Amino acid sequence: MKTMNEIARDAVNDSALQPTQPLRLVAVSAGISVPSSTRLLTDRLAQAAESAAAESGRTVKTELVELRNLATDIAHAMVTGFAGPALAKVLDDVAAADGLIAVTPIFSGSYSGLFKSFFDVMDNTALIGKPVLIGATGGTPRHSLALEHALRPLFAYLRAIVAPTGVYAASQDWGTESDSHHGELAARINRAGRELTGFMLCRPPADGRGTGVGAGVAGHGVAGEDDDFDTDEIVPFAQHLAALNP
Amino acid sequence: MGQMQFGIFTVGDVTTDPTTGRTPAEAERIKAMTAIAAKAEEVGLDVFATGEHHNPPFVPSSPTTMLGYIAARTERLVLSTATTLITTNDPVKIAEDFAMLQHLADGRVDLMLGRGNTGPVYPWFGKDIRDGLSLAVENYALLHQLWREDVVDWSGRFRTPLQSFTATPRPLDGVPPFVWHGSIRTPEIAEQAAYYGDGFFANNIFWPKEHYQKLIRLYRRRYEHYGHGTAQQAIVGLGGQVFMRANSQDAVREFRPYFDNAPVYGHGPSLEEFSEQTPLTVGSPQQVIERTLKFREYFGDYQRQLFLVDHAGLPLKSVLEQIDLLGEQVVPVLRKEFAIGRPADVPDAPTHAALVARRDQDAQNEQASVDDMTEAVAKG
Repeated sequence: MKTMNEIARDAVNDSALQPTQPLRLVAVSAGISVPSSTRLLTDRLAQAAESAAAESGRTVKTELVELRNLATDIAHAMVTGFAGPALAKVLDDVAAADGLIAVTPIFSGSYSGLFKSFFDVMDNTALIGKPVLIGATGGTPRHSLALEHALRPLFAYLRAIVAPTGVYAASQDWGTESDSHHGELAARINRAGRELTGFMLCRPPADGRGTGVGAGVAGHGVAGEDDDFDTDEIVPFAQHLAALNP
Repeated sequence: MGQMQFGIFTVGDVTTDPTTGRTPAEAERIKAMTAIAAKAEEVGLDVFATGEHHNPPFVPSSPTTMLGYIAARTERLVLSTATTLITTNDPVKIAEDFAMLQHLADGRVDLMLGRGNTGPVYPWFGKDIRDGLSLAVENYALLHQLWREDVVDWSGRFRTPLQSFTATPRPLDGVPPFVWHGSIRTPEIAEQAAYYGDGFFANNIFWPKEHYQKLIRLYRRRYEHYGHGTAQQAIVGLGGQVFMRANSQDAVREFRPYFDNAPVYGHGPSLEEFSEQTPLTVGSPQQVIERTLKFREYFGDYQRQLFLVDHAGLPLKSVLEQIDLLGEQVVPVLRKEFAIGRPADVPDAPTHAALVARRDQDAQNEQASVDDMTEAVAKG
């Protein structure tokens, strides 16, 4: 458990609560082709979040992550149990972000394997209390509920705060209207962006940002002394012994 | 035996040699492990440690049997384990097996306790994996007591009670074997080692060093907390993984097929990536020396360095050549270099003789303070 002082310190350090600091947003695209409609949707969602923040007088610093570039690193992390340097940096950035946009193509009725693998190698405490906007793309609108049946439960498991609006874009949503910014997709994108920003601006202090014990994958990233086990969290051995004879 | 101990630890896997397709028989692998131990002594290494496993493709299910055999064929080598399963072995049997081995080996015995890495092993020995940590705590508390008290009355959660029980034989010279606690991820085990003032071993293979640094810093801090000495006086052991040839390109070329097909990390990152990200060193003896000397910067001055040299299907001949290189070119330099700048109050590696001497010294000090008190009372 954190002490009150630590919670207060976290709150002060929280960029969401410091109006001078830009909000940190990581936008993850699991698109496969180049260019991909998944990447396009990811960019649009990030822009929507940035615009919404601007209306509140805040700036957003977005880091865009293409999982295809990390595909081998993710596979290696699955096999070895630890993340290489490039993947470790992204995982650390996600853990430190004020918000996350996660967009996947729908394959075989669900998120892509690459998308799921990325969240499988992530520390399973990294997203606790973190606002997440989910999005997906597909060739047909018939798969749109995959957002609700697959992505939303995944992030619920990870204890993220998932924005109520998830954005699904089928091929037919792109470019069928001459002025797509006023089309239905654009409206959903803007609404989702506003929701995400709203959560980012009033985010409760996050607990266990990616340095927790019991991670799905062994300590990724570079562990400085800051990363040490907290002595307050260590159960004195006498208590382990006492617990045997209640 | 100098300030630090150097040796090898083996998992005891039977793995097909990917370059020939040949798989050694169990008998061949078991005999190879004893040959590796004999070679370690021959070239002047200090320690041989065997794993304990109860499932194929591993052979060493009965470590004290193997170590007893090796004890009879060696003179100086310290015989140890990596690790002895404190969760699924009966602590009464551990107490007796290792005390027996201590007598046969004239005290050249210590052991490393661990919880193992194989979940299914628990039911094979009538245990429940959900009790893993509690088993480690209770079983070791009993083992600790059995080695220190001649007559034990005990009851606990995980085995039948003991009444007026004496584990036999008693530890050699009344001094139990030194105990290391090995863990790769569990802070509670570092805490356990610190609580008892025992050693802590991080296998330091297959994962980035940062992972092990956290555990060792915790152990050192808690060792000091429990009053066994300063943090830098805590007893730390480390693993390491090497493959050497005189010419580093030759080492890489020869080891690559073994690396690419190895259990645990094979078919994953490249040898180059894995070497950069984990403590694996494939190259010349000089490269191994330089890499190993860095361990002190990462983990502090430590007591024991064990190398993994015999897995992934490497033929015995290559393994023995590795041990030759360690004994002839690597370890002599490491002994010299590690001694430089080592603070005087950092303890030497634990040996039976040192533990006996410390026990006697403690008894003497206690007697002296009793004498002082008696004198003071008489004068008073």
